Amino acid sequence: MKIKIEKRLNTPRYLSLVVPVVSIFAALLIMFVILTIFFMGRIGSFQGAFSETVSAYKELITWPFFNQYGLYSTISKMVPLAFVALGLSFAYKMKIWNIGGEGQLYMGALAATWAALFVFRGITSPILLITLVAIFSAIAGALWALIPALMKAYAKTDEIVVTLMLNYVAIFWVDYLVYGPWRDPKGFGFPGTAAFPEPAMLPTFFDGNVHIGIFIAIAFAILLQYIDVKTQWGFNSRIVGDNKKAATYSGIKVKKYTIISLVVSGAIAGLGGGVQMMGMQHRLMHGFSPGYGYTAIIIAWLAKLNPIAVIFVSFLFGGLLVGNDQLQMFYKLPISLISIFQGLVLFCLLGGEAIAAYRLKIEKAEEVPANE
Amino acid sequence: MNDALSFIVATLHATVRAGTPLLFAVLGTIFTERSGIMNLGLEGIMLIGAIGGFVVSYNTSNLLLAILVAMIAGAILGLVHAFFTVTLKINQIVSGLAITMLGSGISGLWGKDYIGVVAERFETISIPLLSDIPVIGRILFQHDLLVYISLLAVPLMWFFIYKTRGGMTLRAVGEAPEAADARGINVFFIRYLYTIIGGSITAIGGAYLSLAYNSMWIENMTAGRGWIAIALVLFATWDPYKALLGAYLFGGITALGLRMQAVGTHIPPDFLKMLPYLLTIVVLFFTSTDTLKRKVGAPATLGVPYSREDRT
Repeated sequence: MKIKIEKRLNTPRYLSLVVPVVSIFAALLIMFVILTIFFMGRIGSFQGAFSETVSAYKELITWPFFNQYGLYSTISKMVPLAFVALGLSFAYKMKIWNIGGEGQLYMGALAATWAALFVFRGITSPILLITLVAIFSAIAGALWALIPALMKAYAKTDEIVVTLMLNYVAIFWVDYLVYGPWRDPKGFGFPGTAAFPEPAMLPTFFDGNVHIGIFIAIAFAILLQYIDVKTQWGFNSRIVGDNKKAATYSGIKVKKYTIISLVVSGAIAGLGGGVQMMGMQHRLMHGFSPGYGYTAIIIAWLAKLNPIAVIFVSFLFGGLLVGNDQLQMFYKLPISLISIFQGLVLFCLLGGEAIAAYRLKIEKAEEVPANE
Repeated sequence: MNDALSFIVATLHATVRAGTPLLFAVLGTIFTERSGIMNLGLEGIMLIGAIGGFVVSYNTSNLLLAILVAMIAGAILGLVHAFFTVTLKINQIVSGLAITMLGSGISGLWGKDYIGVVAERFETISIPLLSDIPVIGRILFQHDLLVYISLLAVPLMWFFIYKTRGGMTLRAVGEAPEAADARGINVFFIRYLYTIIGGSITAIGGAYLSLAYNSMWIENMTAGRGWIAIALVLFATWDPYKALLGAYLFGGITALGLRMQAVGTHIPPDFLKMLPYLLTIVVLFFTSTDTLKRKVGAPATLGVPYSREDRT
């Protein structure tokens, strides 16, 4: 008998669920080891560090997922994540690496603030004002993504670094506004704008703990899923993603697809910024995002770019962000814990996929052709 | 010395300082990319180098050891990237992103208890005689040890890549791995080796930030320099001399922004801070298009995993 490793011809469907789930657990396990080592530096004994890590993990899981108020926070946190991840997935389907979700989110928030506080000041109809603010934020996100889109379509500029650089530019722009001309004069020097007017705030439920942004995100997920499976766009975009040459030969305008996918991607992320302003923050602030745009990259990957799956994975990561906040408060751990987890999950996922492409084959000895 | 001249000299002096972390990162990455591996994890590697060096310097006051540990930390992340991209052959872009997240996360955790403390730092060493030359002396010869090392590294690296057998092997692996393999070169080993070396040199750039430039640990203190360095590798067309030019160009724009803030202008500081990032976008625009890349000699198999099974 002989055990052989061979490449699978096609990966079975169940693995596309098993691999992400196993990756999440593997990443949690590795992070457990890292945290224990970190606590050993602080506490000095392995025993103490181990039990500290166990109790930190309990906090990380129970508060965001099993406590009523924790769950409210989780649902609120998942909204911006879901929007940006939906936007990114849309571009990633065509293998366009938009990692500028953070900047598009910031620009959406900026435009929403501009619309709510200045442009449409005085509009009292909530439906009208919310719609206008939402449109402004989506347009801002779209325009921010249009820059790398045009560069990629017409000069073949690699979009990865351009979208990333624009994140920094967007953040500095927001900083300029909230520290400068838009700073709330009544804010005691706090770097933020004045609060949005009442009609520009999204309706809430659960005693005001959760805003309706979550339903908008779910509606977008369903819409995007429909576009993906039922429309010509969805079909063509997959061809462009798989093989640009084949797409060109079959008459698909690759440039048009490149531009539209990036712009739509930015619009959805920008809308996420607007929804975050109208539903959650009600004012533009310095550093309002703890890296939603980067977390969304991982969400998109774990969800295998499937819009419906994005919602579920966003819920998970929303919870992890909330749990991370708890750990920051009670265990003096940094916010960067979530980055470690994200890096680990990505590696486990990719490594898992690479390994899942192979299988073990057990060959019986008598099958070996013998020269008799 | 009149005001204008002293402003220019001070800005150019600051240019060299601001350019040095970029220079290390770009030089390291030229090695990695020459072997055919694209590493987008520079930001994470620089951060891990910054905190690794800082922690050791704080605890031992031994700067040599600090740099060594920074290099080892960078090498480990390079090794991880090599394992995933060379052995498992996963998407190099995504692996690089994961390296960035891991590096920034671990550096944040590691550095949590080192915020606001002071450690031993690299002091200025004025080179005798040379530093007395008016203007030039101040700009080039009144720096710390790491600046001089980076300046020496440029011609040495150029010589290695273009004039030695080792450099030829490196280039062959990036350009034509099949041919290199047929000649008996171990493609996998070379790619591992230079991804690790690249990581360790990049990490020195991070350590420069925490041990000389800022002389403290600040979370995410690289502030996008890792990504700027990726763009600079393109700008430099994988050539160490052009890397020096590119790094100082960016150092210059950063220094100019800071000097202008110090002197006081009507331009809001947040807009001055945008300059390096905007310049990166401009640089990428002018170094883009496939044709241009081919002409300037990008390693032919950059980003493409090598697999013996798929040989035709």
